[in-house]
This record gives sequence, C-alpha cells and structure tokens, in this order.
Amino acid sequence: MSTREKEPLFSAKNLKLFTTPLGRDNPITVQVLGICSALAVTVKLEPAIVMALSVTIVTAVSNLVIAAMRKSIPDRIRIIVQLVVIATMVILVDQFLKAFAFDVSKQLSVFVGLIITNCILMGRLEAFAMANKPWPSFIDGLGNGAGYGFILIVVAFFRELLGSGTIYGYPVLAKLGIYTSGYENNGMMILPPMALISVGVIIWIQRSRDRSLIEKK
Amino acid sequence: MKEFSNRYIFIFSAVMVIAVATLLSLAATLLQPRQLKNLEIEKKKSMLESIRIASTNETTESLYDKYINRSFVLNSKGEAVEGVDAFKVVLNIEQKKPLDQQYLPVFNATPDDGKNVIIIPVEGKGLWGPIFGYVSLESDMNTVYGVTFDHKGETPGLGAEINTSEFEGMFSGKKLFEEGKFVSLGVIKGGAKPDDSHNVDAISGGTITSKGLEKMLLDCIVKYNDYLLKNRN
Repeated sequence: MSTREKEPLFSAKNLKLFTTPLGRDNPITVQVLGICSALAVTVKLEPAIVMALSVTIVTAVSNLVIAAMRKSIPDRIRIIVQLVVIATMVILVDQFLKAFAFDVSKQLSVFVGLIITNCILMGRLEAFAMANKPWPSFIDGLGNGAGYGFILIVVAFFRELLGSGTIYGYPVLAKLGIYTSGYENNGMMILPPMALISVGVIIWIQRSRDRSLIEKK
Repeated sequence: MKEFSNRYIFIFSAVMVIAVATLLSLAATLLQPRQLKNLEIEKKKSMLESIRIASTNETTESLYDKYINRSFVLNSKGEAVEGVDAFKVVLNIEQKKPLDQQYLPVFNATPDDGKNVIIIPVEGKGLWGPIFGYVSLESDMNTVYGVTFDHKGETPGLGAEINTSEFEGMFSGKKLFEEGKFVSLGVIKGGAKPDDSHNVDAISGGTITSKGLEKMLLDCIVKYNDYLLKNRN
C-alpha cells in the first residue's frame, strides 16, 4: 500500500511522535485525558503496569487499523466506526487473556472493559489516525500509551509505597524496619482523592519546569 | 474529506458489523474450552486455598484429587440430596430459588494435619460485583479452619484486599456458634478486639466490600445451620 513512502521508519519526525506525548504533550498531565482510569488503577503498581501495557497496545493497534482504512470511512459515521474498532480490540484482548493468561485477566477484571471508555483512545483516533498514515499513527498510539502509562506508574509507585508500604507487593517499609520507629501507612493515599492530588503535583512540577505549558491570561 | 453516498454508508456499516461479529464469535467459540478449563482449575484452586493448601495451575488438579475426598449436596433442612454433583452446583443460580429448593454443596477434605474438614462455598455482593469464596470448618462444625475469598471487580488496594492472605488469615480459628446458637462471622471497622471470637478487622477504604462479605458469610452459612448442629462432635 504505502510502499512509496520516502521517509525512513524511524525518522526524526516519527520519533518525535513518540516522545512528545511522554512529556510536552502528555495525555494525562497536559491534555488531561484518561484521568478516570488514572484514579482507579493506581492504588497498586501491578494493575497500573498491566493497565499501561494494555492501553498502549490497544491505542497503537486501533490507531493503525483506523489509519489504514481512514480513506474509506464515511465521515458521518466515523465515531461509530472508531468505537467498533476499539471495542473489538478490547474484547479480543479480554478473551485471549481469559484463555491464556487467566491470572492477569483476574487481576485486571473490569479494567479491561474500561479501556473502551478511555478518552485517550478516541482522542487519538479522532485527532491523529483519521488524518495520518498507518505507521506514524501506530507510533503516535505507542507514544500516547506510554505517556499515559508513565504517569500511571509514577502515581501508583507513590500511592503504593506511602499507602500500603509496599512496592510491587514487596513489603519494603516492613523490611527496612520503619514501622518499629512509629511510622504508620497513610490510609489516605489509597483513597481516590490522593490520586487526583498526586496527578496535580506532577502537573505542577511539569509546569514549573516548562513555562511554555502555562496558559496565557 | 470526500462525500459518501447513503448507500455506501449502509453497505460499509453492514460489512463492518458482520465482519466484527464473525471475528468475535469465532474468537469466543474457539477460546471457550480453554476458558472453561481455567475456571474449573480456579474453582479447585480456591477450594484448596480454603484448607490452606497452595497450588499452582499445574498442580491444582492432582492436589484436588488428593485432598478433597468426597462431595455431596444438602437441602436447607440438612438432608442429603441424591443425584446432584456438588461441583457443578452454581451458587448464584441456587440463591435465586426459594430456600427449600436450594442445593447446598459440601466438600469433605483431609489436609496434611489429618483433620477432617468440610468446605462450604459462599457467594454474595461486594461494591462493584459478585464476591465469592470458600469457608472450611473443623469437625466440631464451629471452628473456622480456613477461608478464601475472591471477587470480580472490587477496587485494587481497597475492596480487592479481601483476597489477600493477610485478610483471609484472620478468620482461621474464629467460631460460628455461641452456646449452640448461630452468630456467624463479621468484620469490624477500626479493628476487632484480640479476644473477639467472631469478628476480624474490616478493610480500610473497603467498607462496602467488607460489609458485603459479612452479609455473604451470614446468608450462605446460616442455611447449613441444621446440618452443622446435627453433625458437630
């Protein structure tokens, strides 16, 4: 199909598609998309990591599919087509996990289904894949998934460490013997509001380092 | 973007829907045997967990055959019902029937310490969906030998903590009866007192799941009341 593409697969332009969503155009901290799931799955690192991976795969592949058929999708039903592609992908992932990685699917439970409602997916399909070639779209999907996953993992790391005293289920604080000196886990960290505040702190740090992100009054 | 005719849009959607439906039903049908097998292993694994035996996906089946030696079905009066496979009884279907028609499965097991324990399946509602598990009782039909719980979609780190061994471990040694009367097991917000023989600590941040679990234990085990009283020793 697109064999006459002149630019190399990993051109600077394509690499930029991957790196901007990690920082300057991060889906969570800059575009403020996908916040809902960022609150739900960040109590522990493990679901956060699996969720990050699943979202990355689903975003990249649905971007690829939509970009490949973008010219034949009628404009008037494009949102429906996008939804169908995402939903199909997610159900397939769910079915395969249930058959071949039962433990992971149990771990993720309802969150696999929730990928469908993740705003990042629809956002990328509508904003990028509908107007770009398959390969850049695929990279864009990977980048946005990774940008989302990165924030998820950072938030989950602090929430699990401060809220439960563990990292990836390993009782770090107990092993260090911190509890004997009177330290107690902060129960508030495991409640959803702290996820919002953690994301807020990350946004704050990012904006104070990169002034160009601050809106002009 | 170029304009598409209505005809094209209709054909496009029809083809898309048929293609997707075929793909999904194909995937579901082909993967179903594996998924059902996984569920069966999962069920056996949970039962083993409730008698404090850990197993991996590979060893579950042989360990199950080794430790679980008998299963039978009771009615609500505690009498045995013939001709029903306890393993195949689906609890949430039973719970929709009137009480006197419900099948109550019981599994007999002999863990390594030689005790004779019975395993009772339980199922109820958490915050987001079903929660379920198994409770094993020692031969006095009163002391809890072990429990295991699981859930469909409780929040990780909050309600989902019911399936951690820290939480489940607190139930071992608790009592169901007080002077021959059924009291059940419970959870207490803020922590149960060490000498409390019926209650354990609730999960912080998981109050609704904890309360659902308490209700599940009461609702499911009280049905066995007659059988437990008749067979205690």
